[in-house]
Amino acid sequence: MNEITPASIGLSREDLPNSYIGRSVPRPNVPKLVQGRATYTDDVTLPRMLHAAFLRSPHAHAKISAIDTARAKAVPGVIRVFTGHDLAKFCDPWVATLDHLKGMKSAPQYPLPLNRATWQGEPIVAVVAESRAAAEDGVAALQVEFEALPAQIDMETALAPGSVVIHPELGDNLVFTRTAETGDVAAAFAAAHKVIEARFVTGRHTGVTLEPRSIIADYNPADETLTVYHSTQAPHMMQGVFAKQLRMKEGDVRVICKDVGGSFGIKVHVYPDEVAVAAMARIMGRPVKFVADRFESFVSDIHARDHRIKGRLAVDAEGRVLAFDIDDLTGIGPYSVYPRTSAIEGNQVVNLCGGPYDFKNYRCTTTVVLQNKTPTCQYRAVGHPIATAVTEGLMDLAAEALGMDPVEIRRRNLIRDDAYPYTSPPGMRFEGLSHHASLNKLLDMVPLERIRADQAEARQRGIYRGIGFASFIELTNPSPFMYGIGGARISAQDGCTVRMDPDGSIVASSGVTEQGQGTEAILAQIVAHGVGVPVNRVKIITGDTQTTPYGGGTWACRGAGIGGEAALQSAIALKQQILEVAGAMLQAAPDTLDVVMGEITDRASGKPRMTLFELGRIVYFRGDTLPKELPRELVQTRHFITKEYPFAFTNGIQASWVEVDPATGMVKLLEHWCVEDCGRVVNPLLVDEQVRGGIVQGIGGALYEHCVYDSEGNLLTTTLADYLVPMSAEMPEIHVGHVETPTRESLLGAKGAGEAGTAGAPAAIMNAINDALKPFKARVHEQPFTPERILRALGTIA
Amino acid sequence: MKWPAMGYARAKSLAELWSALEVHGSAAQIIAGGQTLLATLAFRLSEPGTLIDINGITQLRGISTHGQVLRLGALTLHAELCSDPLVKAHAPLLAAAAPLIAHPAIRNRGTLGGSLAYADPAAELPACMVALEATIIAASAKGERRIPAADFFNDLLQTALAPQEIIAAVEIPLTGRLAAIEEITRRSGDYAMAGLAATLALEAGRVVAPRLVYFGVGNIPVLAAAASRALEGRSLDRASITSAQQALAEDLDPPRDLHGPPEMKRHLARVLTERVLLGFLNPKVEAA
Amino acid sequence: MIPITLTVNGEKVTRHVEPRRHLIDFLRLDLGLTGSHAGCEHGVCGACTLRVNGKIMRGCLILAASLDGAEVVTIEGLSESGEVADLQAAFVARNAAQCGFCTPGMVMTAAELLAEGGSPTRGEIREYLSGNYCRCTGYQAIVDAVEDTLRSRGATP
Repeated sequence: MNEITPASIGLSREDLPNSYIGRSVPRPNVPKLVQGRATYTDDVTLPRMLHAAFLRSPHAHAKISAIDTARAKAVPGVIRVFTGHDLAKFCDPWVATLDHLKGMKSAPQYPLPLNRATWQGEPIVAVVAESRAAAEDGVAALQVEFEALPAQIDMETALAPGSVVIHPELGDNLVFTRTAETGDVAAAFAAAHKVIEARFVTGRHTGVTLEPRSIIADYNPADETLTVYHSTQAPHMMQGVFAKQLRMKEGDVRVICKDVGGSFGIKVHVYPDEVAVAAMARIMGRPVKFVADRFESFVSDIHARDHRIKGRLAVDAEGRVLAFDIDDLTGIGPYSVYPRTSAIEGNQVVNLCGGPYDFKNYRCTTTVVLQNKTPTCQYRAVGHPIATAVTEGLMDLAAEALGMDPVEIRRRNLIRDDAYPYTSPPGMRFEGLSHHASLNKLLDMVPLERIRADQAEARQRGIYRGIGFASFIELTNPSPFMYGIGGARISAQDGCTVRMDPDGSIVASSGVTEQGQGTEAILAQIVAHGVGVPVNRVKIITGDTQTTPYGGGTWACRGAGIGGEAALQSAIALKQQILEVAGAMLQAAPDTLDVVMGEITDRASGKPRMTLFELGRIVYFRGDTLPKELPRELVQTRHFITKEYPFAFTNGIQASWVEVDPATGMVKLLEHWCVEDCGRVVNPLLVDEQVRGGIVQGIGGALYEHCVYDSEGNLLTTTLADYLVPMSAEMPEIHVGHVETPTRESLLGAKGAGEAGTAGAPAAIMNAINDALKPFKARVHEQPFTPERILRALGTIA
Repeated sequence: MKWPAMGYARAKSLAELWSALEVHGSAAQIIAGGQTLLATLAFRLSEPGTLIDINGITQLRGISTHGQVLRLGALTLHAELCSDPLVKAHAPLLAAAAPLIAHPAIRNRGTLGGSLAYADPAAELPACMVALEATIIAASAKGERRIPAADFFNDLLQTALAPQEIIAAVEIPLTGRLAAIEEITRRSGDYAMAGLAATLALEAGRVVAPRLVYFGVGNIPVLAAAASRALEGRSLDRASITSAQQALAEDLDPPRDLHGPPEMKRHLARVLTERVLLGFLNPKVEAA
Repeated sequence: MIPITLTVNGEKVTRHVEPRRHLIDFLRLDLGLTGSHAGCEHGVCGACTLRVNGKIMRGCLILAASLDGAEVVTIEGLSESGEVADLQAAFVARNAAQCGFCTPGMVMTAAELLAEGGSPTRGEIREYLSGNYCRCTGYQAIVDAVEDTLRSRGATP
């Protein structure tokens, strides 16, 4: 058999239209979604199932003085009430640190706290009842005495002398700090032609998956197994977590993930209320369901991006970047979140600032501190939008200081397309990026001359429009260097089993999961291509720890790159197996045959020789007619892990065209463009709307979304009327283009595409707003860019 | 969040309503469209007692003109205000205001009477009623009483309705005055950060009896007396508009909210003043 | 418990409901119609949008008890009727659904826009859908799908 290469298996653009790779195949999952026939976790009902609700702390920080459950237990329908002490007998606490994040510390977290509440919204007492409504009645009848304690709210004062130390046993509120430093930053600034300085704030926001967090845990005492129906991104990881915390064997826990109503990183973490549900099911020996309502989602889903960043940039007279010097501070709530930890976002800021540019001198520090607010952790594009806003905000300020065009300063500094492999100042290794090709493609799409003319003309009429650019890099296809190296049981490898059934249909089960992004669709395309069958003959199984190969699930943009490659390799292996069997049947050498659209063909002439249906009939029902020694297992499994690079970086650039009303501070989004390079595009239809969805999520953070707290640590934005998410009326038309630089780590060559939009959009919008505001010499760097903040920048209000 | 346990009774006629109110006393709570009431019940901040559903009372429906008034039944849907020909002809301000309320699915269920009775200070319809000098027809077992809209809204979420009294209808005088509404919202359908419903007449180029009513900037719809005075009798131009803007300082004392400080609200009110009044000078104006 | 008799997707249904039961829980828990989703239960997200007496409404802001005699159509019934088969096909062709949790409400809302029979612009489509939250798509594919359907039904751009 000849060596298999991307060219030999027809993965390139030139192979279209005879290839499923790169083709806009409609998602087979969509018909059920548009007809209301999907099955989300809350749609599952089990016999004897009970419902949980939680009393949540009304204080940011308080001692739990007394819990009286008598009245709650008397409420009709209430079956049982659990306190932290009740659950601690059956469930161990967890500590979220990673060994490779040196010096990191956090406190043990229980499913329900034993003595102290540390954020407003923390689950304190659980009520289990015959219905959710009855469980809530029970919660209302609980009598819990809290003794309010002084709270540590402001991250800026977390390390100050005299601050409230949230966990006294840790000594202080410092969770983690890291400084990356290369070159001679001080000398570079001393020699600079211009030094730019700015302070950025990224607003604390949250994921707001439309399907709230949902879980049903069902413990069967007869066979001592726990089955968990869970809206999650990582079934295998959760299997391990439930087993470990509940002192069970991993093999006795099964996690089943039905349709998931969006995740974006929200559903890849260990939540105390969900572990409590598993523990209660274990104790009661019957199924317990918990579906977070929207109010508790806002106080208990992880938050993210609560950062204050001071940035400095040194440039020479030609606009070349000499050095970045960044100081990042982030508040993460009272606990680091298990098992990914809440230090990664800050760590990513250190890894990613200055990312698209070729420069030598770099210093970046992140300081991660505790506070009495909802815990933060990884949310779509972890750290990227922060690093990109800082980097691109500073680049625009530098261009302005130099009197240089923002496109020109980027062109002068972007890493050359022929410079790879390239190692960035903070040590990120890039296999192959396409910043200049992407910029050129963007400029083909954006009618820049017309926009600049329109801008000038509109200003004469008192209308203020602006265009902003943001180059970015995105970390995808993570290796064990992300989490595994730190001791977390988070798998970076993934597997796929592909089998052929008697009728010639193909079933593939994969360890990556479907959250709506189209994982199952692209896996079907890849498997169809790899085996040689029509895509509608392929069925995909995901989201069940008992029936899929062990894998990491969906996070950090790994579904196509890792899961897709495992699928491709297993499909190719199955094809080879099929050809071997076919060769025996047809008295032909296997490598003279091919499988094309479900038929065995003669490779040279393309003539059909036999259908897979016929091959299946013989293998499964008339195996007696085949040679005795012939291996006829029409099932193959392959696992894939990246080995050369810790991450497959992608890149791209966005442009945003906005109109700012200086009288009201309102921003109107006129149009948006994105060119990104996610390597091989498996399905453009899916990738384009992924990118658009990511951009809209970025727009949310830039303009609307904000978890606002009062000075006591109470969250004020706990409804969808107060926490503003992006809606269709305000969203712009978004144009998406691609440059394809496949990774050579895999046959498929795919990298991730899910976070690119979110990574770059806030920076592009910020720069566009500031471009619009230029005649007023006003600037905003604090997200979200609300009317209030824009009016303040304009000096309209104090 | 599930609604707390509560009672429910349907009233098919006013007579049934009065007896239901008598039976349930202070525990009774009227429900019409429920688009605000039911959303707030989900927070479990109050014990609702018994909801008395008035959707089946046909006497509370209907849009008609009688002499010099347009009469709108309390159960008139926001969606009907958007499209009803009589409303378009005689109260175009309401036809312009209704599409600003939330979204189609809410407008198909939410009622005029409900919006006025709830009296959200950021809502459009209460401000429109004050601007239009509407009369609220309140009804109870004792009969009807007529309350000028300007006297109807007392305080935050408080109205002049007595216990056991409901809104039966609203009457709007047919005056032919100019009217306009504009608001500043973060997103389409959101409650306004600030809004202005204004009516006035222009006689020989002079402003007559202007009523500038601001919403989203106080505890009730604010009839800006000083700003209105500043326009009275003057020709509508930059100078008079500026006077009105300046006079607003006397009229408004907005609270801080999630969108910003009082100063911002005052500023937005001034912006709206200019926009709405300038709008009366351009040809898009429709007669009220 | 309040007795109600109503028509759901063309079938007559009689039940006794707690006054506090909202229409979505009634459909999901009492009738097993799980296509309507509870996304916020305070009337903002639109995931529970369905048709009551011919008009779209928020299922989470309606008491089931108030629906005696009403006619309710859910995404299941709308799909079976074939009324929006073309719209649903356009959603598939345009990849206008990702996680799908918003999709039934989005389809119900778009169905009413189609039923109104005008020729809305893209901006007007966006405005009409602006009470339905979608976290996954950029809304653009949804607007594309609705626009395609309008055009194929003869609306002029």
